[in-house]
Amino acid sequence: MDGFRTLLYKEVLRFWKVSFQTVAAPILTSLLYLLIFSHVLERHVKVYDDVSYTAFLVPGLVMMSVLQNAFANSSSSLIQSKVTGNIVFVLLPPISYREFFAAYVLAAIARGFVVGLGVLAVTLGFVGLSWQAPLWILAFAALGGAIMGALGVIAGIWAEKFDQLAAFQNFIIVPLTFLSGVFYSIHSLPPFWQHISHFNPIFYMIDGFRYGFFGVSDVPPLLSLGVVAACFVALTAFTLWLLRIGYKLRA
Amino acid sequence: MHPAIRIEGVAKRFGSVQALDGIDLDIAPGEFFGLLGPNGAGKTTLISALAGLVRPDAGRLAVMGHDVVSDYRAARRQLGVVPQELVFDPFFTVRESLEIQSGYFGIRDNAAWIDEILENLDLTEKADTNMRQLSGGMKRRVLVAQALVHRPPVIVLDEPTAGVDVELRQGLWSFVRRLNRDGHTIVLTTHYLEEAESLCGRIAMLKQGRVVALDTTNNLLRRFSGHTLRLRLAEGRTLPAALQARVVGESGSEFVFSLERCEEIEEILRGLRGSDCSIDDIEVGRPDLEEVFVRVMHRD
Repeated sequence: MDGFRTLLYKEVLRFWKVSFQTVAAPILTSLLYLLIFSHVLERHVKVYDDVSYTAFLVPGLVMMSVLQNAFANSSSSLIQSKVTGNIVFVLLPPISYREFFAAYVLAAIARGFVVGLGVLAVTLGFVGLSWQAPLWILAFAALGGAIMGALGVIAGIWAEKFDQLAAFQNFIIVPLTFLSGVFYSIHSLPPFWQHISHFNPIFYMIDGFRYGFFGVSDVPPLLSLGVVAACFVALTAFTLWLLRIGYKLRA
Repeated sequence: MHPAIRIEGVAKRFGSVQALDGIDLDIAPGEFFGLLGPNGAGKTTLISALAGLVRPDAGRLAVMGHDVVSDYRAARRQLGVVPQELVFDPFFTVRESLEIQSGYFGIRDNAAWIDEILENLDLTEKADTNMRQLSGGMKRRVLVAQALVHRPPVIVLDEPTAGVDVELRQGLWSFVRRLNRDGHTIVLTTHYLEEAESLCGRIAMLKQGRVVALDTTNNLLRRFSGHTLRLRLAEGRTLPAALQARVVGESGSEFVFSLERCEEIEEILRGLRGSDCSIDDIEVGRPDLEEVFVRVMHRD
């Protein structure tokens, strides 16, 4: 195996070895969200015609799981390696900064997909879904996972202690995902908050992903794809630049 | 032929601290080289620059002729580094750690060499044990093993015996000596100067980011240290006045003479016999690296 494939394998093996914490726990959390929100809101909220609230909720929860776990994978792996010092095992071998980036981001996508599929599998027991445009589902899941994986790389190399990473996660990632339309359509919001939601890139990831299931969305799916693709390109360029200059990795 | 390591004009500053201040050093293939200096002298920074962990402000470094920046892939394949800190990945077993490290260097099917390293470092029985469950000494040996998985011709050991018990230390040195006999270039930093003295053919001493002494171990011992003669006179005897001037240390009836040549022992004994001065005890001290180190570090 070359350095890139080994690093990717190592990163996947790392989360798989603690899958109770990295896979099972987020699936259970999503299931609890589904049970509680659908129980409370099923009869009160109608988002799209012919789509129940529970059915509306499931793709949002799946995508939220993909995004949060993709971020958690790269960020927690890097901060742990930095704090314990074993990051040298990756920095000493002949692995380029591009390979480093690709391995961490692909492993983040892999964890996002495993958790997302797990959430989808358990929630399908509660509600049937239509699959209007599977390629859109795949595209948004992959791009969303990659964006959050790249953000995780940035947070992981920026943070010097777990506290800083927790702040990044709790004050940026969680609010952006919770306020992105996972639990509601932005059309149910007052105009001001609808407008603000359009500046949240995660809104486009959730909306485009949901379009793949129901064929309806809050904004045109091509617009969502454009925004998400632009975010991916910008974040990739920024992360690669950080890695190339060795920011906080090579003094 | 390229030197195993070439360091030219390397400088590095961290804030107000000049960690490396224009280091020039060539280390030949097959050498067992010692890099000594007090804490903060720049040893680890120099090793980190060689390994690509630190980017120097000026100068260049090469391993087996490969520049560590412009030709970093080839340079890193030639270099194995045992880091100073006791670091490990708690997710993996010893064998998994070594297989993963092999993969990072693009090596597949490295099982035979991994088995050999484990055997030589007395880790075979722990091969399938999680890293967390190993003692400090064993974790240190795994670090050595990780540095060797890709069979690098140049091996840098940054204080490899810190916290390692005597038995393990001897085993480690015996293995490293064998690697050196097999042609590997070894660069060692250590605070155990007796280890450096017995192992290293050549030594550089660093102080405040500069090389302040660089020579073969024997030449350093000759230049900065020497034999000593320690005498304890019989009770009631006094040292003849002619010998007083040669005394470098005195405690009661015990006198220490510094010797530049071993023939001086006979001259001193002749002086004592001439004064009918009998001796209770006599001891000849060999030159040692600790004395060299102290003298080099305290000279301007």
